[in-house]
Amino acid sequence: MTAVSTAAPPTARPGSLLSDIAAVWTRETMTIVRDPFSLVFSLLQPLVFLALFAPLLSGVAGAGLAGGSTLQWFLPGVVVMITMFGTSMTGSNLQFEIMTGAFERILATPLSRAALMVGRALKELTPLVVQAAVIVLVAWPFGFRLYPAHIALGLVVLGVFGVGIGALSYALAIAARKSEWIFWAVQQTLLFPLLILSGMMLPLENGPAWMQLASRLNPLTYVVEAERALFAGTFADPAILYGALAAALTCAVGLGVGVRAIRGSTL
Amino acid sequence: MIHTEALRRSFGSGAQLVEAVRGIDLDVEEGELVALLGPNGAGKSTTLRMLTSLLPPTSGTARVAGVDVRAEPAEVRRRIGYIGQKDGAGHNYRVRDELRMQGRFYGLDRRTAAARGERLLADLDLAGLARRKVSTLSGGQRRRLDIALGLIHAPGLLFLDEPSTGMDPQNRANLWEHIARLRRERGTTIVLTTHYLEEADAEAERVIIIDHGRIIADDTPAALKANLAGDRITLTVPASDVAPTRAVAERVGSELRQHPHGGDVELSFRVQAGPARLPAVLGDLAATGVEVRAATLRQPTLDDVFLSLTGRSLREGADAR
Repeated sequence: MTAVSTAAPPTARPGSLLSDIAAVWTRETMTIVRDPFSLVFSLLQPLVFLALFAPLLSGVAGAGLAGGSTLQWFLPGVVVMITMFGTSMTGSNLQFEIMTGAFERILATPLSRAALMVGRALKELTPLVVQAAVIVLVAWPFGFRLYPAHIALGLVVLGVFGVGIGALSYALAIAARKSEWIFWAVQQTLLFPLLILSGMMLPLENGPAWMQLASRLNPLTYVVEAERALFAGTFADPAILYGALAAALTCAVGLGVGVRAIRGSTL
Repeated sequence: MIHTEALRRSFGSGAQLVEAVRGIDLDVEEGELVALLGPNGAGKSTTLRMLTSLLPPTSGTARVAGVDVRAEPAEVRRRIGYIGQKDGAGHNYRVRDELRMQGRFYGLDRRTAAARGERLLADLDLAGLARRKVSTLSGGQRRRLDIALGLIHAPGLLFLDEPSTGMDPQNRANLWEHIARLRRERGTTIVLTTHYLEEADAEAERVIIIDHGRIIADDTPAALKANLAGDRITLTVPASDVAPTRAVAERVGSELRQHPHGGDVELSFRVQAGPARLPAVLGDLAATGVEVRAATLRQPTLDDVFLSLTGRSLREGADAR
């Protein structure tokens, strides 16, 4: 118990949550920085989706599409979709690092537990900003009306939601650390019902009552509706408030579950 | 530097309850090099993980580097370094990037992290590998990188969990060289676990033997061997001379075992200060008229210590991972 002060390294300072998040994010994005080609591919995917799906949708012009162009309706859905794809895979890189040992090494650092998840989720969200910009710019000449301020707010809401999904994915990776396939089984089993029941790809207004009820219980539905309102160029729609609320709630639940999972991960 | 009282950890509950650590009282002073030695499953790693705040204790207290592990786990982590059993560096990252980011994780500013990273790369013979992806490194190179990662924030207290497992002799010698230098240059306190007997014997100044979650011995390797095992003299004599041999030898030590060897008999005795006693014993036997066919002296190992404490050999479990 003598000379305890020597144990504290002189240059280390107590990290704030933000600097912890920045540090984790910087490490994670190193994989993109050192291998930028992966980003090019991730850009193509939503474009292909948009190009192959949007023309079909104009043929299914139902109640949900009334009054707006197909693109204006569909594009926010694609942005939400790529967010879900990206952030729900947050845990897959983590699983690899749990296996090799890097996870334990990082757990032994003073980094805040929440920062571990937020930093990783933000890394998955980083290409999203570029992807969204590219999609929007490509759609512009085809009659998509551009509202940059609204889209920016939309991305913030989506970011908060994405951090929550990322944290849940992180927790799932820890829970499934002993058998890798369970992560993918659960991720795939949950992802598609969530996407379809949010009305993201096809409007649910013409669907059966049980589907409409299920979609009301799906937080993603509110986020999708908020994004649609914002991409349509309004701040006045209450759907935006509900969407922001759903995003904040998802984020809080995700981080809560994630921190618990991390605490239990060394058992 | 470390002070624990009745530190316990159990896993599971009911019939599945496993008491991994059952009440450890431990004090480590600044600058010590302590090896926790014991068979696999003895509770070494669990103890280490509680001391590094990675695992909350079921009961008991531990103060590490002046901080309570339960009350302020993050502060404990800030003050210590930890090098685990597996690869610390992410396989998909580059060597230099990982080192610098590790510095940032400990709150170092960008410049300090970069400067220390370069220094450690040079110190650990990793300079030529700075731009390599971790997955392309050899096992020994990865281990050196792990050590660099554990040292980036210059901790005053360093924990190493089975640092030499799976290393070839050359890399093991390298590891110990680095540990010796850390102590010489910075006075770092070092606590490590190992199940290699020779290593604990040769390198640690203090060996704590753990078995079934408890400390069963705690001393310098020399004192452990002298007090708990002693030297062993084995004499081979004709079967007819067993009684007089025993009479002579029991004056200096206690008989351990006796078994036939061809027409002769092998008698083993445990003695203190064996090298000094052996000539006298042989002289006495010659004077008594006993014809000694062979005489060997074996100095004890830590395995003999473990054997005399538990009745089991450490080696039996050593490779059963």
